[in-house]
Amino acid sequence: MNLAVGLNHFLLLGALLFVCGAVCMATKRNAIGILMGVELVLNAATINFVAFAYYNPIFQVEGQIFALFVIVLAAAEAAIALAIVLNFYNNHMTVDVDTAEELKG
Amino acid sequence: MALTDVLFYLLAAMTAICALAVVVTQNIVRAAAWLLFTLAGVSGLFFLLGADFVGATQLLVYVGGTLVLVVFGVMLTAQSPFINMRISAAEWGIALSVGLLLYGVLAASLVISSPKEPSDAHVPREELADSTLLGQALLGQWQASPQGNMTGLPPGAQPHRRLSVSYLLPFEIVSVHLLVVLIGAAYLARAKRRQMTSGGTGVPPVGRSAGEQQLGVRA
Repeated sequence: MNLAVGLNHFLLLGALLFVCGAVCMATKRNAIGILMGVELVLNAATINFVAFAYYNPIFQVEGQIFALFVIVLAAAEAAIALAIVLNFYNNHMTVDVDTAEELKG
Repeated sequence: MALTDVLFYLLAAMTAICALAVVVTQNIVRAAAWLLFTLAGVSGLFFLLGADFVGATQLLVYVGGTLVLVVFGVMLTAQSPFINMRISAAEWGIALSVGLLLYGVLAASLVISSPKEPSDAHVPREELADSTLLGQALLGQWQASPQGNMTGLPPGAQPHRRLSVSYLLPFEIVSVHLLVVLIGAAYLARAKRRQMTSGGTGVPPVGRSAGEQQLGVRA
Protein backbone atom coordinates (compact mmCIF):
# COMPACT_ATOMS: atom_id res chain seq x y z
CA MET A 1 0.00 0.00 0.00
CA ASN A 2 2.84 2.38 -0.69
CA LEU A 3 2.78 4.97 -3.37
CA ALA A 4 5.06 4.37 -6.31
CA VAL A 5 4.68 7.90 -7.58
CA GLY A 6 7.40 10.15 -6.31
CA LEU A 7 7.53 13.47 -4.58
CA ASN A 8 7.91 15.28 -7.88
CA HIS A 9 4.44 14.28 -9.01
CA PHE A 10 2.91 16.03 -6.02
CA LEU A 11 5.16 19.04 -6.40
CA LEU A 12 4.20 19.35 -10.07
CA LEU A 13 0.53 19.19 -9.13
CA GLY A 14 1.10 21.82 -6.47
CA ALA A 15 2.88 24.03 -8.99
CA LEU A 16 -0.04 23.64 -11.38
CA LEU A 17 -2.51 24.67 -8.68
CA PHE A 18 -0.31 27.63 -7.76
CA VAL A 19 -0.14 28.84 -11.35
CA CYS A 20 -3.90 28.38 -11.74
CA GLY A 21 -4.47 30.45 -8.63
CA ALA A 22 -2.06 33.17 -9.73
CA VAL A 23 -3.65 33.42 -13.18
CA CYS A 24 -7.10 33.38 -11.55
CA MET A 25 -6.10 36.28 -9.30
CA ALA A 26 -4.75 38.18 -12.30
CA THR A 27 -7.61 37.65 -14.72
CA LYS A 28 -10.79 37.72 -12.66
CA ARG A 29 -12.54 41.03 -12.26
CA ASN A 30 -15.00 39.68 -9.73
CA ALA A 31 -13.62 40.06 -6.23
CA ILE A 32 -14.93 36.66 -5.20
CA GLY A 33 -13.14 35.12 -8.18
CA ILE A 34 -9.91 36.63 -6.87
CA LEU A 35 -10.69 35.07 -3.50
CA MET A 36 -11.02 31.69 -5.23
CA GLY A 37 -7.59 32.20 -6.75
CA VAL A 38 -6.16 32.79 -3.29
CA GLU A 39 -7.77 29.56 -2.11
CA LEU A 40 -6.14 27.69 -4.99
CA VAL A 41 -2.71 29.09 -4.10
CA LEU A 42 -3.13 28.12 -0.44
CA ASN A 43 -4.19 24.62 -1.44
CA ALA A 44 -1.07 24.30 -3.57
CA ALA A 45 1.04 25.12 -0.51
CA THR A 46 -0.92 22.60 1.55
CA ILE A 47 -0.35 19.85 -1.01
CA ASN A 48 3.37 20.54 -0.86
CA PHE A 49 3.40 20.40 2.95
CA VAL A 50 1.56 17.10 3.14
CA ALA A 51 3.65 15.58 0.36
CA PHE A 52 6.83 16.52 2.20
CA ALA A 53 5.36 15.04 5.36
CA TYR A 54 4.88 11.77 3.50
CA TYR A 55 8.20 11.57 1.69
CA ASN A 56 10.57 13.07 4.23
CA PRO A 57 10.73 11.60 7.74
CA ILE A 58 12.07 14.89 9.09
CA PHE A 59 8.79 16.62 8.31
CA GLN A 60 6.62 13.68 9.29
CA VAL A 61 4.69 15.69 11.88
CA GLU A 62 5.62 19.22 10.97
CA GLY A 63 4.28 19.00 7.44
CA GLN A 64 0.81 18.00 8.58
CA ILE A 65 0.76 20.57 11.39
CA PHE A 66 1.76 23.36 9.03
CA ALA A 67 -0.92 22.17 6.63
CA LEU A 68 -3.48 22.45 9.43
CA PHE A 69 -2.29 25.97 10.20
CA VAL A 70 -2.60 26.90 6.54
CA ILE A 71 -6.16 25.57 6.42
CA VAL A 72 -7.20 27.51 9.53
CA LEU A 73 -5.56 30.72 8.31
CA ALA A 74 -7.21 30.28 4.92
CA ALA A 75 -10.58 30.06 6.64
CA ALA A 76 -9.84 33.27 8.54
CA GLU A 77 -8.68 34.96 5.34
CA ALA A 78 -11.81 33.91 3.47
CA ALA A 79 -14.03 35.28 6.23
CA ILE A 80 -12.34 38.66 6.39
CA ALA A 81 -12.06 38.96 2.60
CA LEU A 82 -15.75 38.21 2.14
CA ALA A 83 -16.59 40.80 4.78
CA ILE A 84 -14.53 43.34 2.88
CA VAL A 85 -16.19 42.34 -0.38
CA LEU A 86 -19.65 42.74 1.17
CA ASN A 87 -18.70 46.14 2.51
CA PHE A 88 -17.39 47.14 -0.91
CA TYR A 89 -20.60 45.91 -2.49
CA ASN A 90 -22.64 47.94 -0.02
CA ASN A 91 -20.72 51.05 -0.99
CA HIS A 92 -20.38 50.60 -4.72
CA MET A 93 -23.17 48.18 -5.67
CA THR A 94 -20.71 46.10 -7.63
CA VAL A 95 -17.92 43.65 -6.94
CA ASP A 96 -15.87 44.65 -9.95
CA VAL A 97 -12.41 45.35 -8.60
CA ASP A 98 -11.67 47.71 -11.47
CA THR A 99 -14.04 50.21 -9.90
CA ALA A 100 -12.04 50.28 -6.68
CA GLU A 101 -9.93 53.20 -7.73
CA GLU A 102 -10.66 55.76 -5.06
CA LEU A 103 -7.24 55.37 -3.52
CA LYS A 104 -5.50 55.79 -6.83
CA GLY A 105 -2.88 58.47 -6.49
CA MET B 1 0.63 -0.07 -11.83
CA ALA B 2 -0.69 -0.36 -8.33
CA LEU B 3 -4.12 0.72 -7.26
CA THR B 4 -2.76 3.66 -5.30
CA ASP B 5 -1.04 5.00 -8.39
CA VAL B 6 -4.24 4.77 -10.38
CA LEU B 7 -5.96 6.60 -7.55
CA PHE B 8 -3.27 9.26 -7.54
CA TYR B 9 -3.56 9.88 -11.26
CA LEU B 10 -7.35 9.97 -11.08
CA LEU B 11 -7.36 12.44 -8.18
CA ALA B 12 -4.58 14.54 -9.65
CA ALA B 13 -6.35 14.75 -13.02
CA MET B 14 -9.60 15.70 -11.31
CA THR B 15 -7.88 18.36 -9.21
CA ALA B 16 -5.92 19.81 -12.10
CA ILE B 17 -8.82 19.88 -14.56
CA CYS B 18 -11.17 21.46 -12.05
CA ALA B 19 -8.54 24.04 -11.08
CA LEU B 20 -8.11 24.94 -14.75
CA ALA B 21 -11.88 25.19 -15.08
CA VAL B 22 -12.00 27.63 -12.14
CA VAL B 23 -9.66 29.89 -14.08
CA VAL B 24 -11.31 29.50 -17.47
CA THR B 25 -14.99 29.79 -16.60
CA GLN B 26 -16.62 33.20 -16.60
CA ASN B 27 -19.63 32.36 -14.47
CA ILE B 28 -18.79 32.88 -10.82
CA VAL B 29 -21.28 30.26 -9.61
CA ARG B 30 -19.74 27.66 -11.90
CA ALA B 31 -16.32 28.69 -10.67
CA ALA B 32 -17.49 27.99 -7.11
CA ALA B 33 -18.70 24.54 -8.18
CA TRP B 34 -15.38 23.77 -9.87
CA LEU B 35 -13.57 24.98 -6.77
CA LEU B 36 -15.64 22.55 -4.72
CA PHE B 37 -14.42 19.63 -6.83
CA THR B 38 -10.84 20.92 -6.69
CA LEU B 39 -10.90 21.06 -2.89
CA ALA B 40 -12.49 17.61 -2.69
CA GLY B 41 -9.76 16.23 -4.96
CA VAL B 42 -7.09 17.80 -2.79
CA SER B 43 -8.59 16.22 0.31
CA GLY B 44 -8.62 12.87 -1.49
CA LEU B 45 -4.91 13.33 -2.17
CA PHE B 46 -4.41 13.97 1.55
CA PHE B 47 -6.15 10.70 2.38
CA LEU B 48 -3.95 9.00 -0.21
CA LEU B 49 -0.86 10.45 1.47
CA GLY B 50 -1.89 8.99 4.81
CA ALA B 51 -2.77 12.37 6.32
CA ASP B 52 -6.23 11.38 7.51
CA PHE B 53 -6.70 14.24 9.94
CA VAL B 54 -5.61 16.90 7.47
CA GLY B 55 -7.87 15.43 4.82
CA ALA B 56 -10.85 15.40 7.16
CA THR B 57 -10.07 18.96 8.23
CA GLN B 58 -9.85 20.00 4.61
CA LEU B 59 -13.26 18.51 3.95
CA LEU B 60 -14.83 20.05 7.06
CA VAL B 61 -13.28 23.51 6.96
CA TYR B 62 -12.84 24.13 3.26
CA VAL B 63 -15.64 22.24 1.59
CA GLY B 64 -18.04 22.66 4.49
CA GLY B 65 -17.17 26.14 5.69
CA THR B 66 -15.14 28.27 3.33
CA LEU B 67 -16.99 27.25 0.20
CA VAL B 68 -20.35 27.92 1.85
CA LEU B 69 -19.02 31.38 2.74
CA VAL B 70 -17.97 31.92 -0.85
CA VAL B 71 -21.34 30.77 -2.20
CA PHE B 72 -23.13 33.09 0.22
CA GLY B 73 -20.85 35.89 -0.92
CA VAL B 74 -21.79 35.15 -4.51
CA MET B 75 -25.48 35.20 -3.65
CA LEU B 76 -25.29 38.37 -1.55
CA THR B 77 -23.46 40.22 -4.29
CA ALA B 78 -25.66 38.97 -7.09
CA GLN B 79 -25.68 41.28 -10.04
CA SER B 80 -27.73 41.75 -13.09
CA PRO B 81 -26.48 39.46 -15.84
CA PHE B 82 -25.88 42.34 -18.20
CA ILE B 83 -22.90 43.74 -16.37
CA ASN B 84 -19.92 42.88 -18.47
CA MET B 85 -17.15 41.62 -16.25
CA ARG B 86 -15.15 39.81 -18.88
CA ILE B 87 -11.64 40.64 -19.88
CA SER B 88 -10.43 41.12 -23.39
CA ALA B 89 -8.75 38.50 -25.52
CA ALA B 90 -5.43 40.31 -25.37
CA GLU B 91 -5.48 40.15 -21.58
CA TRP B 92 -6.32 36.47 -21.79
CA GLY B 93 -3.32 35.97 -24.06
CA ILE B 94 -1.02 37.78 -21.68
CA ALA B 95 -2.34 35.83 -18.69
CA LEU B 96 -2.01 32.52 -20.52
CA SER B 97 1.54 33.20 -21.62
CA VAL B 98 2.59 34.41 -18.17
CA GLY B 99 0.97 31.38 -16.55
CA LEU B 100 2.63 28.96 -18.95
CA LEU B 101 5.96 30.69 -18.40
CA LEU B 102 5.57 30.52 -14.62
CA TYR B 103 4.64 26.86 -14.73
CA GLY B 104 7.54 26.15 -17.05
CA VAL B 105 9.97 27.83 -14.66
CA LEU B 106 8.57 25.95 -11.67
CA ALA B 107 8.53 22.58 -13.40
CA ALA B 108 12.00 23.04 -14.88
CA SER B 109 13.44 24.02 -11.52
CA LEU B 110 11.81 20.96 -9.97
CA VAL B 111 13.14 18.59 -12.60
CA ILE B 112 16.60 20.10 -12.67
CA SER B 113 17.05 20.32 -8.91
CA SER B 114 15.65 16.89 -8.06
CA PRO B 115 18.19 14.19 -7.27
CA LYS B 116 18.96 11.68 -9.96
CA GLU B 117 18.26 8.56 -7.94
CA PRO B 118 14.62 7.63 -7.62
CA SER B 119 13.24 9.10 -4.45
CA ASP B 120 11.07 6.21 -3.35
CA ALA B 121 12.15 6.64 0.25
CA HIS B 122 9.22 7.70 2.34
CA VAL B 123 7.88 7.31 5.81
CA PRO B 124 6.46 3.84 6.42
CA ARG B 125 2.73 3.85 6.59
CA GLU B 126 2.57 2.67 10.17
CA GLU B 127 4.83 5.55 11.23
CA LEU B 128 2.83 8.25 9.55
CA ALA B 129 1.50 10.88 11.87
CA ASP B 130 -2.07 10.09 12.84
CA SER B 131 -4.28 12.39 14.85
CA THR B 132 -2.90 11.09 18.16
CA LEU B 133 0.63 11.96 17.15
CA LEU B 134 -0.49 15.33 15.86
CA GLY B 135 -2.15 16.10 19.17
CA GLN B 136 0.92 15.05 21.09
CA ALA B 137 3.08 17.24 18.89
CA LEU B 138 0.74 20.15 19.48
CA LEU B 139 1.07 19.63 23.22
CA GLY B 140 4.82 19.11 23.06
CA GLN B 141 4.61 15.64 24.51
CA TRP B 142 6.35 14.13 21.59
CA GLN B 143 9.95 14.32 20.54
CA ALA B 144 9.57 16.15 17.30
CA SER B 145 11.78 15.22 14.37
CA PRO B 146 13.62 12.24 15.83
CA GLN B 147 15.61 11.71 12.67
CA GLY B 148 16.21 15.37 12.10
CA ASN B 149 19.79 16.43 11.65
CA MET B 150 20.30 19.90 13.01
CA THR B 151 22.36 22.10 10.77
CA GLY B 152 23.98 25.41 11.39
CA LEU B 153 25.55 24.42 14.68
CA PRO B 154 29.21 25.17 15.39
CA PRO B 155 31.43 22.13 14.88
CA GLY B 156 31.93 21.30 18.53
CA ALA B 157 28.42 21.83 19.74
CA GLN B 158 26.27 18.86 20.49
CA PRO B 159 22.65 19.27 19.56
CA HIS B 160 20.11 18.44 22.17
CA ARG B 161 19.01 14.94 21.45
CA ARG B 162 15.74 15.32 23.28
CA LEU B 163 14.70 18.27 21.25
CA SER B 164 11.07 18.65 22.10
CA VAL B 165 9.26 21.17 19.99
CA SER B 166 5.81 22.17 21.12
CA TYR B 167 3.31 23.69 18.76
CA LEU B 168 1.05 24.74 21.59
CA LEU B 169 1.85 28.45 21.36
CA PRO B 170 1.29 28.65 17.57
CA PHE B 171 -1.92 26.71 18.07
CA GLU B 172 -3.13 29.20 20.67
CA ILE B 173 -2.08 32.14 18.53
CA VAL B 174 -3.94 30.73 15.55
CA SER B 175 -7.07 30.06 17.57
CA VAL B 176 -7.16 33.54 19.10
CA HIS B 177 -6.39 34.96 15.66
CA LEU B 178 -9.33 33.07 14.20
CA LEU B 179 -11.61 34.37 16.95
CA VAL B 180 -10.49 37.98 16.44
CA VAL B 181 -10.81 37.68 12.68
CA LEU B 182 -14.31 36.22 12.87
CA ILE B 183 -15.47 38.96 15.24
CA GLY B 184 -13.91 41.55 12.96
CA ALA B 185 -15.57 40.02 9.91
CA ALA B 186 -18.94 40.00 11.61
CA TYR B 187 -18.45 43.64 12.58
CA LEU B 188 -17.30 44.60 9.10
CA ALA B 189 -20.12 42.86 7.24
CA ARG B 190 -22.91 43.82 9.62
CA ALA B 191 -26.16 45.12 8.24
CA LYS B 192 -26.30 48.88 8.10
CA ARG B 193 -29.11 50.56 9.98
CA ARG B 194 -31.12 53.23 8.29
CA GLN B 195 -30.51 56.57 9.90
CA MET B 196 -33.69 58.35 8.79
CA THR B 197 -36.42 56.05 9.98
CA SER B 198 -37.74 58.37 12.68
CA GLY B 199 -37.64 61.71 10.95
CA GLY B 200 -38.76 60.72 7.53
CA THR B 201 -37.89 64.08 6.04
CA GLY B 202 -36.51 62.48 2.95
CA VAL B 203 -33.24 64.36 3.16
CA PRO B 204 -30.46 61.83 3.34
CA PRO B 205 -27.79 62.66 5.87
CA VAL B 206 -24.40 63.62 4.62
CA GLY B 207 -21.90 60.87 4.13
CA ARG B 208 -24.24 58.05 3.40
CA SER B 209 -23.00 55.66 0.84
CA ALA B 210 -24.67 54.78 -2.41
CA GLY B 211 -25.57 51.33 -1.20
CA GLU B 212 -27.25 52.63 1.90
CA GLN B 213 -29.19 55.16 -0.12
CA GLN B 214 -30.37 52.48 -2.47
CA LEU B 215 -31.29 50.23 0.42
CA GLY B 216 -33.11 53.11 2.05
CA VAL B 217 -35.04 53.80 -1.12
CA ARG B 218 -35.92 50.17 -1.43
CA ALA B 219 -37.06 49.97 2.16
